[in-house]
Amino acid sequence: MSAADVSILRRPNDRLRRRRAVNLAMEVLGWLAAAIGVALLVILVWSVAKRGASELSLDLFTKSQVPYAVSGTSQGLANAFVGSLVIVGIATAIALPFGILIAIYVSEFAPRAVRNGVNFVLDVLNGIPAIVIGVFIYGLIVLGRGQSGFAGSCALAVLMLPLVARSTIEILALVPNSLREAALGLGSPRWRATLGIVVPQAIGGILTGATLAVARVAGETAPLLLTTSIVGPGVHWNPRMALQSVPVAIYELTDSPIPSDHAIAWAGALVLILFILIVSLTARWLATRSRRKLARAAR
Amino acid sequence: MSTSSTIEHAVRVETKRQPLPPRERLEQVFDLQNLTAIYGSKPALKDVSMEVYKNLVTAVIGPSGCGKSTFIRCLNRMNDLVPSFRQTGTIRYHGQDITAKDVDPVAVRRTIGMVFQRPNPFPKSIQDNVAWGLKVLGMKDNLSERVERALTQAALWDEVRDRLKASALSLSGGQQQRLCIARAIAVEPDVVLMDEPASALDPIATQAIEQLLHELKSEYTFVIVTHNMQQAARVADMTAFFSISRGAEGERWGELVEYDATEKIFTAPSDKRTEDYVTGRFG
Repeated sequence: MSAADVSILRRPNDRLRRRRAVNLAMEVLGWLAAAIGVALLVILVWSVAKRGASELSLDLFTKSQVPYAVSGTSQGLANAFVGSLVIVGIATAIALPFGILIAIYVSEFAPRAVRNGVNFVLDVLNGIPAIVIGVFIYGLIVLGRGQSGFAGSCALAVLMLPLVARSTIEILALVPNSLREAALGLGSPRWRATLGIVVPQAIGGILTGATLAVARVAGETAPLLLTTSIVGPGVHWNPRMALQSVPVAIYELTDSPIPSDHAIAWAGALVLILFILIVSLTARWLATRSRRKLARAAR
Repeated sequence: MSTSSTIEHAVRVETKRQPLPPRERLEQVFDLQNLTAIYGSKPALKDVSMEVYKNLVTAVIGPSGCGKSTFIRCLNRMNDLVPSFRQTGTIRYHGQDITAKDVDPVAVRRTIGMVFQRPNPFPKSIQDNVAWGLKVLGMKDNLSERVERALTQAALWDEVRDRLKASALSLSGGQQQRLCIARAIAVEPDVVLMDEPASALDPIATQAIEQLLHELKSEYTFVIVTHNMQQAARVADMTAFFSISRGAEGERWGELVEYDATEKIFTAPSDKRTEDYVTGRFG
């Protein structure tokens, strides 16, 4: 038998040349797609920052909007920031316990059929357009009682609920089964194993999901237009009255004929973007930490 | 050449252990009658009838897929956690049928503890790993003494006494498994089930755990699943050999082939399949 023909290893052949060409083309396409994605964000943040940065002053946070202000009146968005804080805060307080409880029930206790059913419902709920949820809350709460910050909170809570529940379910699924077995094998009741071992192990991830949900609904406009948009002047904390919010304020200000209102709107948009950026970064940091913890436990 | 010499060559049975008293003089912990375990529609184990005796180490050996793990997880109702699992037959534990509907599986697992194949310490400190079960079970008096005693019994105390607050995950695999044993015995169970406790460990860590079994069996009853025959020969008083049976339509299930004193299983098995397995002619 002759020795193996090694020349084939070096001889340029057509198939290899084609493979290299396709590879290069795909790499370039992939790189371009990624570059466009990053560029979009950079351009968006840059253009908002360029127009809004000039109004980014203490006044923006301490003074409220002045309706029908003549150009040059010093005004800010304090009423909108406070309103958003109250509305999103109450929404979180409603959606977080519900969402986490749903997730714990579904992942730790429910029979398989119930689990699949609830997962499906959560997915559908997640896909419902925000304006539809706004109409729903409008019919449920606003009609007859009038607009209120609380109604807005309810609309945002409905939006947050599937986000929190789904992300918590996914995190709980990452907790290794061996930990549950270890706890149950000691003679621990299921609720004790869940509260004492499973949830503490997943808490970082659960908080990450909650944080992202907060960031997501903080910028929602549509449901708030229907539930808490007809507001009087001044800063208000009382959720029983209609409260201004940042996205609604931006929406209204961009409609104004007065140029200085546009500048305030840009500044509000900039603050909103910065808020979401900071929250997302915090969430990522929490997620990395929690993933590391889960990875250690799974070993 | 005689069969018995082949067997003695294949597995050297330690002879220093005490001869067992006759079986009828031993106290029964488990008495299984016709235990059949089914996952979905597939039987994993058919018609197992055997007894487990107090203060002995009982080993369960057999090829992969013979239902060893299923068997041991029946003994503390751990299979309840598998949704598609069903079983028939009875498992009497000190006379009480623990498969009965009105028996609380949580209470069963309190007296029948378990150590798993892979070390699975909680992501907590070494001390909290042992203390967690104690707290859950309300054994809160003298917590630190109980923790120390369990860690001492598990031959881990000297290695961790200075770093009880350190994460359990910083320990080596063998140490983690001994911590899991300490965690299991801290709650003072009657029986400790071990599902291949040394299969993920190196020989030195394995030796430490086998040593432990020797020292602790006067206080506990051990049932240990192992795929390592030498290990069974070293640690077990009684050995059960499980094997795979095949039905007419190609279905497979595990069954108990032979159950006897370890010495007998390894030197003079009465079933041809046992002999083939312990001599390495399985196949």
